Amino acid sequence: MTIKVNGEERELATGTTVAQLLEQLKFTPRNVAVELNRRLLRSDRYETVLKDGDAVEIVTFVGGG
Amino acid sequence: MAHIADRYHRQTLLPEIQAAGQMRLSQAQVLLIGCGALGCNIAQQLVRGGVGRLRLVDRDLVDLTNLQRQVLFTEEDAREQTPKAIAAAKWLTQVNSTVTIEPVVADVHSGNVQEIASERGFRPTVILDGTDNAGTRYLVNDLAVREGIPWIYGACVGVEGRVMGVVPGQTPCLRCIYPEPPGPGEVATCDTAGVLGAAAAVVGALQAAVAIRLIVSGEVPEGLLALDVWLMRFRAIGTAIARREDCICCGKREYEFLNRPMRLDAESLCGRNAVQIRPASKEEAQVDLRALATRLTSSGVVHAHEVFLRFEPAEQKDLALSVFWDGRVIVSGTDDLAVARMMVAKYVGH
Repeated sequence: MTIKVNGEERELATGTTVAQLLEQLKFTPRNVAVELNRRLLRSDRYETVLKDGDAVEIVTFVGGG
Repeated sequence: MAHIADRYHRQTLLPEIQAAGQMRLSQAQVLLIGCGALGCNIAQQLVRGGVGRLRLVDRDLVDLTNLQRQVLFTEEDAREQTPKAIAAAKWLTQVNSTVTIEPVVADVHSGNVQEIASERGFRPTVILDGTDNAGTRYLVNDLAVREGIPWIYGACVGVEGRVMGVVPGQTPCLRCIYPEPPGPGEVATCDTAGVLGAAAAVVGALQAAVAIRLIVSGEVPEGLLALDVWLMRFRAIGTAIARREDCICCGKREYEFLNRPMRLDAESLCGRNAVQIRPASKEEAQVDLRALATRLTSSGVVHAHEVFLRFEPAEQKDLALSVFWDGRVIVSGTDDLAVARMMVAKYVGH
């Protein structure tokens, strides 16, 4: 299936969860905010299974300044 | 009144602001925590825009490596190692003398943040985030939620930035979005990854714009903005339904960061070859700067100022100690905590 991650299309195995996507991309789950189809996904819902055509935005926490 | 109308003419022309909005700005009290790259840009916009009172807090001294992005400081400030809050206040007063600017040279922590936010009759309309670390941001989030004060999160590193306005009770707070701060070393800092001055300017300007809208209208734009100035990509994550009833901070009203005892007594400062040592007790925080200056004169060069003194030990010319009124010491010229602790024990006595 094809999903969009931060604006770029990406092929994923059917049944991939948000948590698995974060792991594949080497993100630490507590340091990111995840938006799924224009809605923020709570961090306790990262087991959600992705579907073909989903759009995911991953925003890492930034602490500098 | 006439000269106020003239001064802000291009701003009051805006249908978003008008004379009524300018009046609200002139009555606003703004607390700005941190006067680095973000803080300089935020302060500049808000002072030019005509807020009533700006209290700006920073713990650090101006350093040559700051000048690439911290727009309120000069080479002279870096040579003199002027405290940032004081250097910024001096410059800002020249830009707009009608704004009451209150520099505070202090390190913000759980033990003093409440006092800094409220002493001398201060009632912040909004708190602006110009800090350089996660811990202080979670502390500010706790304070803002507990006291019901809106705050504007902004951060940058590399060519990236983040902005989000938080109105307690109306919008999600920082912990609704990021429940826990990153662990040590888990995210890049300006120290390790660098930062583009233009990225900080964009983030600071956006924070100022959000603050002005909040002051004028009581509202902030929805969303967490993530931007990359290199790719020129801006994306806002929708946060309309992101408020969590089980949020530890704004849901359960537990203020972990406010209730936590003071942080480390020694820490390396972001982007500088320097270590800050904080006094371990209230007794050690009582420093008689005049007596200390007299005592140190025999061991090196002493420059005494109103709220701090700078000491260059004769035996170690590559190091300098800046001792502040509140007992803090910044040791410049090393990032070795042990070396810094030893110098402080030897010359200041704690």
